Amino acid sequence: MGLRMEGSGVGFITASAARPGEPHLIRHIPTFLSISRSGFHRHATYRQATVAAAATNSMFGFIRSYLLLAVAGAAGVAAGYDAAQLLTYVWIGQGLLGVVAVWGWTDLADRIRTGEVVTDLLRPVHPVTSYLAADLGRAGHALLTRFVIPVALGALVFDLSVPARPLTYPLFTASVLLAVVASFGCRYLVNAAGFWLLDIRGVQILWSLVGGVLSGLYFPLRFLPEWFAVALWVATPFPSILQTPLDVIVERDPAATQVGLVGLQAVWVVALLGLCRLVQRRAERRLVIQGG
Amino acid sequence: MADWLATNAYLHLLRAQARSQAAYRASFAMDVLGSVLGLAVDLLAVLVLFRVTPAFGGFTLPEVLLMFTLSATAFALADLAVGNIERLRRYVRTGLLDAVLIRPLRVLPQLLAVDFALRRVGRAAYAVILYGAVLGYAGITWTPGRAALAVVAPLAGAVLFGAIFVATATVAFWWIDSGELANTLTYGGQNVTSYPVTVYSGWFRRLFAYGLGFGFVAYYPALYLLGRPDPLGLPAATGWASPAVSAAAVGVAAVIWRIGVRHYRSTGS
Repeated sequence: MGLRMEGSGVGFITASAARPGEPHLIRHIPTFLSISRSGFHRHATYRQATVAAAATNSMFGFIRSYLLLAVAGAAGVAAGYDAAQLLTYVWIGQGLLGVVAVWGWTDLADRIRTGEVVTDLLRPVHPVTSYLAADLGRAGHALLTRFVIPVALGALVFDLSVPARPLTYPLFTASVLLAVVASFGCRYLVNAAGFWLLDIRGVQILWSLVGGVLSGLYFPLRFLPEWFAVALWVATPFPSILQTPLDVIVERDPAATQVGLVGLQAVWVVALLGLCRLVQRRAERRLVIQGG
Repeated sequence: MADWLATNAYLHLLRAQARSQAAYRASFAMDVLGSVLGLAVDLLAVLVLFRVTPAFGGFTLPEVLLMFTLSATAFALADLAVGNIERLRRYVRTGLLDAVLIRPLRVLPQLLAVDFALRRVGRAAYAVILYGAVLGYAGITWTPGRAALAVVAPLAGAVLFGAIFVATATVAFWWIDSGELANTLTYGGQNVTSYPVTVYSGWFRRLFAYGLGFGFVAYYPALYLLGRPDPLGLPAATGWASPAVSAAAVGVAAVIWRIGVRHYRSTGS
């Protein structure tokens, strides 16, 4: 494995492991799946945290439901959403919040700070790939717990909208998957800032604020002036994290626009993953792990 | 004499904590900036909602901003003073609480002093400034009574939020990995108080606005300051209910806290 020893082998080593190239992708699928499974199982053990998160997201589901209903007012319509669509937007959004996990992922940053990241670099799987696999496992667990609980509660208490077009279901499924990967890509980049900065708290604070607002969590982005919402969609990955799957499931737009939005999401996912790999390569070139 | 010594010990803890946090200047500045920006983002969300609708639950933008900034000030003050009690769960999980219990000082003040988060000064200061600005801009006809309530209301609200912080943190004594469960009532409660009670309905309004007292933090004081009758029918004097509600909440929180501490069994690790 291309571990390059420098000096007499006691001082320090720079790690830049040569990894199998893309042609072996098929062979990696079992590895990818087993990392995903372990990600799933890891989060399955955090039972109290799961219940607590679902409870918090449900509480905010109620608050946001009442706020958006008040915005819709007597007319019952706001920015092209009717009351049932707004409520669905809120509750599916509160469920997806736990799945895309915009907040609170510092695994990579922690490992960079402690130096443990060096073991990730020695593995035969690219770090972006292995962290993505683990994150998809986490998201799978969240889908069965953190997503289901608020959505079921919201459906019990409020009249949610049910998609009228069959195409919406596969589109929503694809959109959620893309949203998880888009969120992962952003979080990976935020964490990877740790390769350059000693303390990434500033980057993280900025991400958690910007990511929350511009992904459509606080209010649907259609509440903003249209040119601004369009600019956000095209020029930033944030709407791809929540707003797109939510607009798909509430059928805010005609089918063609739905497909277009999911396509835009896919473009962002490819760009983000490419950027993650680029950043990772740059980081490995300058990373020096202190040997002991 | 013993009291004086104890106070002195708390002051030492506070000073040490403040010094250690201010030592990492960049991180400290980042945290202060982050907490200020967090409030700015919440405020932005209110402005965006008003882009879509001219009236919200029957109230105009300045009226809602008054409730919002009053609630934000109360919460930021509570968060500054006792918000760090949410770290209790870490003490319980790691067994560090054992060390706290054997010291000859009271448990709650000790925990508050040891984890005092100076960075929260930023959010509190920003909230107070916003509240002051909105008081000027909301078109209030000032009377001595209103001026007094404008000062009393955020303080009483802070006491209520403080009681909620302490009461919810005790969950950790029973449920160690309680995570963010407390957030439903602390941050959730703050969100509930930020908007007119009229937007909520049914059991949600009864439970949170009246049962847990969140309606008395900002909504009723704001009505009193604005001289507006309550669309829900309570008398104007309800604006002055918040100190009494807060006092009751402190009593309940103190009982819950005491039961929690007595229930505590060390994790033994």
